[in-house]
Amino acid sequence: MNVVGLAFFVGIVGLTLFVTYIASKRTNSASEFYTAGGGLTGWQNGIAIAGDYLSAASFLGIAGAIALFGFDGFFYSIGYLVAYLVVLYIVAEPLRNLGKYTLADMITARFDQKKIRAAAAISTLTIVLFYMIAQLVGAGALIQLLLGIDYWIAVLLVGVMMTIYVLWGGMAATSWVQIIKAVLLMLGTVLISILVLWKFNFNILGMFTEMKSVTANGEAYLHPGVKYTNGLDTISMMIALVLGTAGLPHILMRFFTVKDAKTARSSVVYATWIVGIFYVLTIFLGFGAAAFVGSDAIIAANPAGNMAAPLLAQALGGDILMSFISAVAFATILAVVAGLVLSGASAFAHDLYGQIIKKGKATEKQQMNAARLASVGVSAFSILLALGAQSMNVAFLVSLAFCIAASANLPVIIYTIYWKKFNTTGALTAIITGLVSALVLVALSPNLWAADGSMAFTGEALFPLTNPALISVPLGFLGGLVGTLVGARADQRKYAEVDVKANIGLK
Amino acid sequence: MANNITTKPLEKKKKLSKKGQDPTYNKAAGPPNYSVIAESKEFKSLKRKKSKFILPITIFFLLSYILLPILTSYTTILNNNAFGDIAWVWVYALALFVMTWVLCMVYVRRANDFDKEAEIIFEKEKAGDYE
Repeated sequence: MNVVGLAFFVGIVGLTLFVTYIASKRTNSASEFYTAGGGLTGWQNGIAIAGDYLSAASFLGIAGAIALFGFDGFFYSIGYLVAYLVVLYIVAEPLRNLGKYTLADMITARFDQKKIRAAAAISTLTIVLFYMIAQLVGAGALIQLLLGIDYWIAVLLVGVMMTIYVLWGGMAATSWVQIIKAVLLMLGTVLISILVLWKFNFNILGMFTEMKSVTANGEAYLHPGVKYTNGLDTISMMIALVLGTAGLPHILMRFFTVKDAKTARSSVVYATWIVGIFYVLTIFLGFGAAAFVGSDAIIAANPAGNMAAPLLAQALGGDILMSFISAVAFATILAVVAGLVLSGASAFAHDLYGQIIKKGKATEKQQMNAARLASVGVSAFSILLALGAQSMNVAFLVSLAFCIAASANLPVIIYTIYWKKFNTTGALTAIITGLVSALVLVALSPNLWAADGSMAFTGEALFPLTNPALISVPLGFLGGLVGTLVGARADQRKYAEVDVKANIGLK
Repeated sequence: MANNITTKPLEKKKKLSKKGQDPTYNKAAGPPNYSVIAESKEFKSLKRKKSKFILPITIFFLLSYILLPILTSYTTILNNNAFGDIAWVWVYALALFVMTWVLCMVYVRRANDFDKEAEIIFEKEKAGDYE
């Protein structure tokens, strides 16, 4: 690590800490802590959503996947982007109109029962946990490479930083860390893309022609099928990507940081533009890395391809650009994990403690203490798990999180808003069926089982797909349907209220 | 930057709702009568328009999206080149990007219309038309 690199790191850490310090003076109520008082504007929240969403898996993972597998890597970019239409058309506005801090708030706006809140909180915590371990393990490995420090120090460094942001600055600080990171990430990505295009003489047709011959895959590199050869598995993964986003707790939580549905809507539009431009640029990151770094060098640095973007930066702009991109990657990780801590803490402190144990009667001080305590708890627990999970496949954990979000959260969200006959039993069975089927199917999948002993267990996988969304998402919907049919009749007056609130936001 | 972290009007609103001291709030009116609103012709018409807009488009974008992996997994037609060495699969993928942005803007325009209709329901509710 050189002096310039160190300066970038110190600069970013300093700036985010400064923001946290300012935010901390205002963060003195539960509403401030969880949602920044609902005071973010459309563009602020839009950039923050993009910052929350463009995780290290997106930036480093997709760049690497495109570099190594060509079009197959680009599948992720497509899925992650189109997902925003699901968020915008189906979820964002009703969610903002019905909820307060968490997903459980929104569902219990219709079915006010502890067991439903508990089920929603548990599904939130499960998703947060898998996503968090993925981010922390990825972060640890990356920072280990970038800074040349031990894995456990790297995880601890990220862990301590995220705890500081959340503990003192709550949602306001977390949002600003996400905004700073999103701006830096876009700057870095645009810069690299321009350099890559420059190298190809700004000739996109010429770039594609050249890409036919630079990788070992030849022309196949530009066609699907280099990595994904099982049709059902590809389709299943694509389902998880497009439907999962609308069920991710840390993304859903961002909609409570704005004052109304109209602002929620405009923030999705900002986010969609930023995220879309970023994902188009992943083509240049990936192609550039394949052409100017080479797959051998990428794999040598990290078998999953995660170092493709930093290595490309080095090839194009030397140590200075590499340091900048590494610092951006570091900021990326911090912003995402901070958002995750916050959504995990809200499920614990607001749903389980505040609403279930204290029955919604906790004082402001108790709520704040619980929120802070839960943040530290969630942070510490995930740091411990991440320290023990160093060898786990990060991409698998992320896709699992998306799959659970799509299977356990999305069906219950859609039914709650749009289905008049949906009832308490249905809400409970939708969440549980989706959650359990996703977990069980993954446990029986080739992610954990291999006949040659290369995975955690030796033996044939009982379930053939690596991503179970194709089965578990329909099961989640089916669970809700069956539960509703066998359960007691829904309270029609309550649905009228939810219907009116969800559609026009009348309180 | 500091001033943007929380906006003033919201702090005010929160304080009011907590203490219930909002002078503009007419206590006698009580909470909105949701059942009546839900059955009103304005609300029903708004909901019909919303579903007629949201449902077909949602089905459209989900189908166009999932058609891509179906085509790439079971056919090779998208492997033919469209422009120079750029295969149709890239064109399809880019078309999905354009679709996302266009549908995003379409949604905002329509939703602004819906807002106006919702505004009418607000007004009528305030005037006590849904008691």
